Amino acid sequence: MAFEPILTRNVRKPGSETIDIYMEAGGYQGLRRALKEFTPEKLVEEVKASGLRGRGGAGFSTGMKWGFLPKTKDKPRYLCVNADESEPGTFKDRLLIEKDPHLVLEGIILSAYAIESSLAFFYIRGEFHQGCRTFEKAVQEAYAKGYLGRNILGSGFNLDIIIYRGAGAYICGEETALLESLEGKRGYPRIKPPFPAIVGLYGCPTIINNVETLANVTLIAERGAAWFASIGRPPKNTGPKLFCLSGHVKRPGVFEAPLGVPFLELLNEYAGGMKHPERPLKAAVPGGSSMKILPAAKCDVLMDFDSLAAAGTSLGSAGGFVMDTGTCIVRALHNVARFYAHESCGQCTPCREGTGWLVKILTRLERGDGRPEDVDLLAGIAGKIEGNTVCPFGEAIAWPVESYVRVFKDEFEEHARRKACPMRAAAAR
Amino acid sequence: MTIPVRPETDRKIDELLTRFPMKGSALLPALYVVQEEKGHVSDESMEYVASKIGVSPAFVAGVVSFYTMFHRRPVGRHHIQVCRTLPCALSGADDLMAHLKTRLGMKDGETRADGKFSLASVECLGACDRAPFLQINDREHGPVDAAKMDEILKGLE
Ligand SMILES: Cc1cc2nc3c(=O)[nH]c(=O)nc-3n(C[C@H](O)[C@H](O)[C@H](O)COP(=O)(O)O)c2cc1C
Ligand code: SF4
Ligand code: FES
Repeated sequence: MAFEPILTRNVRKPGSETIDIYMEAGGYQGLRRALKEFTPEKLVEEVKASGLRGRGGAGFSTGMKWGFLPKTKDKPRYLCVNADESEPGTFKDRLLIEKDPHLVLEGIILSAYAIESSLAFFYIRGEFHQGCRTFEKAVQEAYAKGYLGRNILGSGFNLDIIIYRGAGAYICGEETALLESLEGKRGYPRIKPPFPAIVGLYGCPTIINNVETLANVTLIAERGAAWFASIGRPPKNTGPKLFCLSGHVKRPGVFEAPLGVPFLELLNEYAGGMKHPERPLKAAVPGGSSMKILPAAKCDVLMDFDSLAAAGTSLGSAGGFVMDTGTCIVRALHNVARFYAHESCGQCTPCREGTGWLVKILTRLERGDGRPEDVDLLAGIAGKIEGNTVCPFGEAIAWPVESYVRVFKDEFEEHARRKACPMRAAAAR
Repeated sequence: MTIPVRPETDRKIDELLTRFPMKGSALLPALYVVQEEKGHVSDESMEYVASKIGVSPAFVAGVVSFYTMFHRRPVGRHHIQVCRTLPCALSGADDLMAHLKTRLGMKDGETRADGKFSLASVECLGACDRAPFLQINDREHGPVDAAKMDEILKGLE
């Protein structure tokens, strides 16, 4: 059965960001139906039954997360939309925000209804200037049509939404750092527990969901949980998914496919294969830069949460990128390490100091001043960061270091032994 | 304290103070509003924003220094931000930066004396499918090779 794109059904239409085009294609019908037919509890059940797992990186069951909210309702509840999209290699939320903001907005309204929140925050990374303008316009359109504000579609449900611009800090994509930032502070991740569902924004119960996750809620309201659960690799990896592919590919972009699409199909069919036919695939990071690398020989994998975990990496934010045989892996890891050293919030010593050491060692390996013991040193430092930090950023740097060094150990050792980059030497000949 | 911003900027910040369940949330948006007027966030602006929100100037300074999009010093009229993160690096970001440095006669992180340009390496801008990618103020460009870059610069003359 051919897969019909559904998350991206509108994005190529002219004016796709306007409410008129969105409604022409049946937009806001799911909301209309849900407000009439579903109690909030029933909608939570529906999302649980769909099998939807978070598209922001961790792949946690959305319905189950919503179920962690306290039963008492003595405090306001907040919905925070994570539109910070800053994991290197990831640019899928941008597509939805810029080209189909109402698909996201409808999902926000539905989700706020389900968790009984009357105030939602849309935290968008500061660099997304166009996305922010487009989303602001969409919000105004939705207010004008009565999909936001008081007594939405006569249901008695009220919702306001506040757009909040980040200001350039990768760590604010981590959900508790995002909350700190929303409170007007430095983006320092909080120690968990307590989890945000219990103590979140302003100390109140809070749900944080990714943009693409919420867009999927719209689809579930529109077509039902059973439909959603039939797509992909049920029962645990359901629904359509946006996959990013960049690096050395012919047609980099965002591609929609069911969860579980083979990576090689994404690469060779969706993205048109490698950029330079004479330089085949060397390695891929299917999930985004904080995930583990796979050598070409192990890239025959299915793109879903559990298959990639079994293959020793993760789906992450599906920010995949590929490197061809012309790539120096030491240089690539140096770039990755520098990113994380730059973005560490500095709260935990292993992360702050460790990322700095990694960059220092990789710099000298690259420059030709490396020492034989450096290769083990890299793995050792990564091992000491992992599991010893406040937030999962520690893993986000430990995983690439551990895997690049393990998979391409020869290349690291050769850099140390020859005191030069063997690839650069070859290129100069 | 005399108000160091235009009355409409001051009014915008007053409005921000009422928008959130807690006043503190107004800090980032207030800094953006001030930066929009002034081009950067000076010591005086930080003191002003601190007094509006009801926090210490040191607290505001801590926040400003945490986020890369707040400028402590004036940037150029055309603030060029070139992505240097891996997907862009795989597609020639280093060459693009080298070309820009030569063409503009300036270093990474510098603002030119005439105030026209500033140049900065930045991390992934969430547009890796358009690598190598850059932003000039709030305009986006990518993929950009040397010829395209020259064309863009010509448009800014
Ligand atoms: C260092 C770090 C950066 C993250 N960046 C993002 C991000 O940019 N966007 C996002 O949606 N989630 C990001 N996450 C995941 C969030 O913490 C959180 O799990 C997610 O927003 C939950 O939404 P979901 O359940 O809908 O996926 C990041 C996590 C970590 C540890
Ligand atoms: S692991 Fe790194 S980014 Fe996360 S809280 Fe600690 S220092 Fe900050
Ligand atoms: S790496 Fe340059 S935009 Fe993502």
